[in-house]
Formats: sequence, structure tokens, C-alpha cells
Amino acid sequence: MSLTQERKPPQLSPAARRFAHASSTSLGAMLAKIIMIAIVDATALFALFTAIGREAWAIAGVIAAITAAINLVYFKRGWLPAKYLLPGTIFLLIFQVFVIGYTGYIAFTNYGSGHNSTKEDAVMALLQSNQERVPDSPAYPVTVLERDGQLSLLVTRDGTKMIGDSDDALAPASDADLAGYTQLQFADLLGRQQEVTSLRVPISQDPAQGSLRTSDGRTAYQYVSNLVYDQAADTMTDSKTGVVYSDTGVGAFTAGDGTQLMPGWSINVGFENFTRAFTDSSIRSALASVTVWTFAFAFLSVATTFFLGLFLAIVFNDMRMKGKKFYRVISILPYAFPAFLGGLVWAGMLNRDFGFINQVIFGGAQIPWLTDPWLAKFSVLWVNLWLGFPYMFLVCTGALQSIPDELAEAAKIDGAKPFQIFRLIKLPLLLVSVAPLLISSFAFNFNNFNVIYMLTEGGPRLENAGLNVGSTDILISMVYKVAFVGSQRDYGLASAFSIIIFVLVALIAVISFKQTKALEELN
Amino acid sequence: MKVKKRSLLWGTAMTAVAALSLTACGTGGGTAPETSPATEQSSPAADAGSLTVWVDANREPVLKEAAADFKKQSGVDVKLVIKDFSKIQEDFLKQVPTGKGPDITIGAHDWLGNLVNNGVVQPVELGDKAAGFQDVAINAMSYEGKTYGVPYATENLALLRNKKLADKAPATFDEMIAQGEKAGTEFPFLVQVSEVGDPFHLYPFQTSFGAPVFGTDDKGAYNPKDLQIGNEGGQEFAKWLAEQGKAGTLKTSVDADIAKEKFVSGDSPFLLTGPWNVDAVKKAKIDLAIDPIPSAGGKDAQPFVAVQGFFVSSKTENLLAATEFLTNYIGTAEVQTKLYEVGNRPPANKQAFEAAKADEAIAAFGAVGENGVPMPNIPEMAAVWEFWGVAEAEIINGKADPVKRWKQMTADIQKAISK
Repeated sequence: MSLTQERKPPQLSPAARRFAHASSTSLGAMLAKIIMIAIVDATALFALFTAIGREAWAIAGVIAAITAAINLVYFKRGWLPAKYLLPGTIFLLIFQVFVIGYTGYIAFTNYGSGHNSTKEDAVMALLQSNQERVPDSPAYPVTVLERDGQLSLLVTRDGTKMIGDSDDALAPASDADLAGYTQLQFADLLGRQQEVTSLRVPISQDPAQGSLRTSDGRTAYQYVSNLVYDQAADTMTDSKTGVVYSDTGVGAFTAGDGTQLMPGWSINVGFENFTRAFTDSSIRSALASVTVWTFAFAFLSVATTFFLGLFLAIVFNDMRMKGKKFYRVISILPYAFPAFLGGLVWAGMLNRDFGFINQVIFGGAQIPWLTDPWLAKFSVLWVNLWLGFPYMFLVCTGALQSIPDELAEAAKIDGAKPFQIFRLIKLPLLLVSVAPLLISSFAFNFNNFNVIYMLTEGGPRLENAGLNVGSTDILISMVYKVAFVGSQRDYGLASAFSIIIFVLVALIAVISFKQTKALEELN
Repeated sequence: MKVKKRSLLWGTAMTAVAALSLTACGTGGGTAPETSPATEQSSPAADAGSLTVWVDANREPVLKEAAADFKKQSGVDVKLVIKDFSKIQEDFLKQVPTGKGPDITIGAHDWLGNLVNNGVVQPVELGDKAAGFQDVAINAMSYEGKTYGVPYATENLALLRNKKLADKAPATFDEMIAQGEKAGTEFPFLVQVSEVGDPFHLYPFQTSFGAPVFGTDDKGAYNPKDLQIGNEGGQEFAKWLAEQGKAGTLKTSVDADIAKEKFVSGDSPFLLTGPWNVDAVKKAKIDLAIDPIPSAGGKDAQPFVAVQGFFVSSKTENLLAATEFLTNYIGTAEVQTKLYEVGNRPPANKQAFEAAKADEAIAAFGAVGENGVPMPNIPEMAAVWEFWGVAEAEIINGKADPVKRWKQMTADIQKAISK
């Protein structure tokens, strides 16, 4: 046995022992290790340089730290647990911790419609879209000229030539003046696009007349700027009305009377999204009813699927039952169906006028399965039962079969009735193995977006709700609607809701797992 | 056994390292493309650079040709990225600020207000070329007095009629229903309503009661402060909806697929729909006529006109090439005609539109569209969509008192706008 050999090594000098250890690792494995790490390092280095090139210091730091950790752990002798744990830890960091952290970060901003970028971008976009062409001004046919690296615009109109650049206003020019300039061809212009399109040539000494700007290198138009940005004072001034818009810390340039210039930018708003979720009356009432329904939906879904699954498992587990295999296969079928497809098919079958259920089963009755608030709730639960019972059936069948028959037999000899055997012996034993699955099933249904969205899209709409939510919306589908439906997106609020859901699910999971531990101890 | 243990460890380590190198590749791949515009920017003039354009799968083939021609002419390489049309607005809003967005994207005009309010598009000066486009198209592509995109096609609803089942174009809604009932088909008339309502399809009837959504200023731009939807005409329209719901001529259980299906199978002489369904109807060999939309309330039934076009990103580093591509290339009659041949929508360019009129369907849809109004592109419209359809569906289903419900909807919209 190698273990005993290890404990009693032959009498060798330390140097010899090290040699023996190294040679027992085959050369090929060593080489493979070096190649693998080299690949990781090379890729990381490439990513590192890209990140540094874009001045993304945080990303660069993380890449450097991870690479260092990998090299250290895999080249260092020993540290066996770390060698196993490191990959998983890194994936955990990237896919779980980062996502939760980032959602948390967004929850404290006003990121959403109208606030989807930085202040710098907002200033640029405002200045860009507030360039107004002077009414009734002509189009100027222009040529772009260059001298000593500086660009000028040559305007040729009615036989006269005028030239100007960003410093000197447009002025008449003779052919002699034009000596020394070279004309840029279209291909040359393409190479210096930003220079060309950002060139502003004042029409005259009077700045109110505006300046010429070309965006295709051939035709220039006369523009005046409606907004003037004062960098020092950090204000935008409307040059027509004289209204001054300043950065008042709400993420947009705001005038004295509260009007805002759009686009604004994304800022940190502290706990505003959370306080809004709980204090804004229209959101609060929607949130309350959706939360109640979410709990009801998750609980009822687990309960109905579990009891149906358990019932079928017991029935099909009975020795006297014939054709068990056939029935088992049949009842597992819904499990093979993707949930969102199932939802869509059921939505068609439950259509009020054309659906199979009303047409065939109820003889043409117009039962509003999906549009009446209560019937829609029932339909959602029904479809989820259809989709979910095979899982519970499988789990329960497995758990039942693992309970030794001798227990039941012994109980029978002691005079227990079948139901007593089930309630007092089989069910407790079953719950030990199934209870954790029920909890995870609860958590899954808590966020069961597919069924809700494919079947009813959360509808029918709640009246009097300030948000676009319906009576079958659960928290996660409400979050989706706040963030991604309609054109008024509010990622900040949606992230705040997500954090609330996360906390809720975590709390429930912790409490329930504690309970199941108690269950185990009882046995 | 010792060796075995070690090889197991090696195996795990190598799998892990391989997986890690994959993820590292992932991050590397993600950041790499961002550097390319910068390198193109500083490259010598001989390399004319490239343009990235987002298009949907339907338009990609013809744009591919246009892109190849443009490359020949100007040397600029146009890279087409195929996107799902319904995802473009969302992705454009998210990606432009990060600098990863395209230079140009295809889009619908009613996104415009939202795009401008998020600072992701910039104005395009069409100059004299603006006169070459249909007024409704330029109007639709304008926001706060500035033109932001180059339009290429318009689309609007019209009434499809199965000539075998109804022999003449109805002048009024009631006449249409009478014809439909005479035909003895399952439905006298079809329009998609769906359980959440479809105000886009019902809008022509609403305007025939004299209830537009917003009032317009003298230039034809929508004024968000002048909400017209709740006026008396609107309330009349609500009552009419309730009547039609009761009579069964409007049904919320009819969605887009059912409406098309039933018309194609000859179960109704009339279908109110857009050009997107014409192909399917023609394939079913239905003897088709395209008529103006009959009025329900006495006034003109004006459908919304939706305009598709191209927008330029506010953060493009290739503005010159982008402007050249759009104004001097995509906007021309020649390219617009080609686009029309693929998309089957009336071109926005007047000259191309005249040429396309040789096709009866295009001419008919175009004629109806001339009477239409551009779908509002102001961001306030989002608030309207949010409450509009649901209210209509509830009224049709008889769940609420029509006038009361319509007033409540108006109040909800007003509240959402002034928020």
C-alpha cells in the first residue's frame, strides 16, 4: 500500500527524496502544465494591455490579481486545497459576486431612460443636437483645404471665393491667397473625419451669425448654437431665451423653474430607489399586491405539484397497479416540454373564443381564463401544476423506493393501518430527503418568469396601479417590466426590486433550511 | 496509487486551467473590438476606414449590395451587423454610451424622441435633399425642429378586401359590416385587437371621431402639452367601441395571427392590416383589393404612418463617411427603389415612390398613407401606449363603462406625462 510506504520512507537523503518526487511526476504532465499556464498568462497579458490601453484600471487590476493567483497556486508545491478551489472561486467571483455587486451598484443610481450615460456624453449630445441651421440660409458648396496641418474651408459661390478656418472668419480670397493650400480629396477626408466634421468656420466677426460646418466635406451649412456650455460655471445657457440651466445634482441640467434638459446623466441617488419602492403610493400598492401574489403563487405551486406528484408516486409504486411503466412514461412527458413552450401552447388553448378548452371541453362557452383576474391566477397555477408535477413525481418515486419495505412490513405486523404507515413512517422519511428540494422548488417558483410571462404576460392589468403591472405578475416579471418594457426604462428601480427579491429569497432559504435540519435531528 | 492520485490532481488542474484560459479569451475578445475604431481613426488616408451599420435580417441582402457599391465608390468598408428589429432600440440605447455601438442603425421613427432624450443620435442635415422625400417621412424623422434620420420607407394600414366576398369598397364602417354580413362568412370584418388592445390598428376609427392623441403645432409637430385623446370625439369613440364589442364585430380574442389566418382562409371579406400581410394573402390566391379605411364616426379615418429610416450615432467617429453613406447614397432614388423591391414598403424618396406605384398594392397603400398622420415620435407617447390599449380592450369586453373608463385613461396618461 502506498500510504504505508509514504509513512515509512526508505532511508534516503533529502536531496535524493526531492529527486525521487520530481521524477515521479511525468515529464509530459509537467510540460502540459507549463503550456496551459502559459496560455492563461498570454491571454491575460493581452487582456491586461487592452485594459490599460483603454485606461480601465479596475479591470486591469482584477486581471492582474487573478493571473498572479493562478500562477502562484499552480506553481507552488503543496497548497493542494487551493489548487482545487481556485477555478471555482474565480467563476463564483465572475458570475455570482460580480453580478450581485453590479446590480447593487445600479440600485443606487438613477440609470434608466434619459439618464443612461455620463455627464460628459450628455454635454456632448446636448451641444450636438442644439446646433440649429440658420433659417433660410443657403447651402454652401465647399472644398476642404489644408496648410501646415490646419484645415480650412473654401466656399465658391457665384464665382467668388471665400476662405476661412476655425480662427479666421470667412473672407474673400484671391488665387494668390490660395497658394500653399492643398485640396483634400474624399479619401483624405475620410482619414481625418473627426477633424473635418468638428471644424467650425465663423461666417463673420459677429459670433451671433453662427458658423459653417460640413458633415460630408462637400456642402456646409450655417449653424448657430442654441445652447452654450460654460465649463467653469458648469451651466448650459439657452442663447435664445437666456435661461440658465445648472447642474443641481439631480443628474440633468435644470433651470430655476425645474425644467430639465434631456439627456441627463447617471448619478448616485443613494437609497432613493428603495424609498420610492416603499413610499411612492402607486408603486407601493402595486409592490404589496405583487409580493402577496408571489408568495401565494410560489407556495401553492410547490404544494399542488408536490401533492399531485406524491399521490401519483404512491399509486404507481403500488405492487397491484398494472401498466406502471406506461403510466410513468406518460406522466413524465410534461417534464420534457420547455416551460416557455408549454406556456405559449396553453395560452392558445385557453383563448376565450378560439381556445381548445372553451371550444371543445366547455362547448363554446366564453370563459375568460386569462383575462379575469382570479381565473387568470387559477390558470397560471394550473399550467404550472401541469409543468411541475412530473418533477415531484420523479423525486417522490425515488425517495419512496429508497425506503426499505421491511419498515412497512414491520409496522403492518404491529397492526398499523395503511394510512398510518404512510403518515407516520413513510412521509417523515420521505420529507428528510425531499424537504430541501421543496425549498429549492419554492425559490425556483418564486422567480418562475417563464410561466407567467408566456401565459398571461402578467395580465390582466391592475387598475389604478401607477406601474405597468397585472394581477398575475410576480416580483421578477414586475422587475422585467420596469426595466425592459415600454420606452420609459428605469434600471435603477428595477435593480432595487431585484435586491429586495434577493434578500427575500435568501431569508426564506435560510429559515427553511434551519427547519429541515430540525427535521433531520428529529429522526 | 500515489501516481494515480497525482494524475487525478493534474487532470483537474489542467481542466481548470483550460477553462480559465477560455474565460480569459472571453474577456479579451470583449475588449478587443473597441480598439479597432481608434486604429482606423489614426490610420493613413489611403485606408478609408469602415462603417458599422445595424440592420434587420430582411433588409440585410439589399443593403449588402448597396454596401458593396458604396465601397467601390468611396473605399469605405460598410460592415453590416444583423439585429432583431425589435431589439435594436434597446441595444442602441445601451451600447452607444459605452462606445461599442454602431455608426448607423436602422430604426423606426417613433423611437426618435426617446433616442434624442437619451442623447444617442445626432441630427442629419439633408439640406436641399429633404425636398426629395415625402413630407410625412421628413416630418416623422424630425424632432424639435431638427431632422435626425434619413427615411427610407413608410408603412400604414389599409383595408384588404376579398373581391369574391365583397364586390365594392365600403364608404363607411356600417356599410362594410352590412356587406360582411351579406357575405355570410364567420366574421363580417377582421382587425387584430388582442387581450391587451391594439390602439395602432383601431386608430383610424378613433380619428374618424375626431380624436387624435395629441394636437399639432403649425409645422405639424405633435405638442405633448395638448392631449386631445380625451375630447368629446374620444368619448364618442369609446361608446362606439363598447357597441362594437357587444355586437361582436370587435373581439379581443382576435390577435394578429388569428386575424390573418381567418382572412386567408376566406372567413371574412375584410381585414384591416398593413403591407406586412399582403404576401401571405397573395400566396393564398385571394382576389385582393386594397381600399381606403372606411369611416366610423363621420370624419376621415386616418391611420398612423410609421416611417423607417437610418439614424446616426451621437458618438460615431466616422461622421463624414456616415453622412456620405446616408445622404448621398441610401437616400437616392436608385437605392430606395432597390430597398423597396426587397421590403415591399412604399419608398420615402418621392422619385422612387412614383416608380414603385407601378405595383398596385404599393400605390393603394401609399394612397391611404397620404391621408395618414405620422405616429407621434415624442417620448410622451410611451405613457399613452401604456394605458391606451388596456382601456380599449376593457371597453370592448364590456368590463367598464366606456365614457368613465376613457376619462380615467386620459387622466392616467395626463398624470404619467406630467410626472
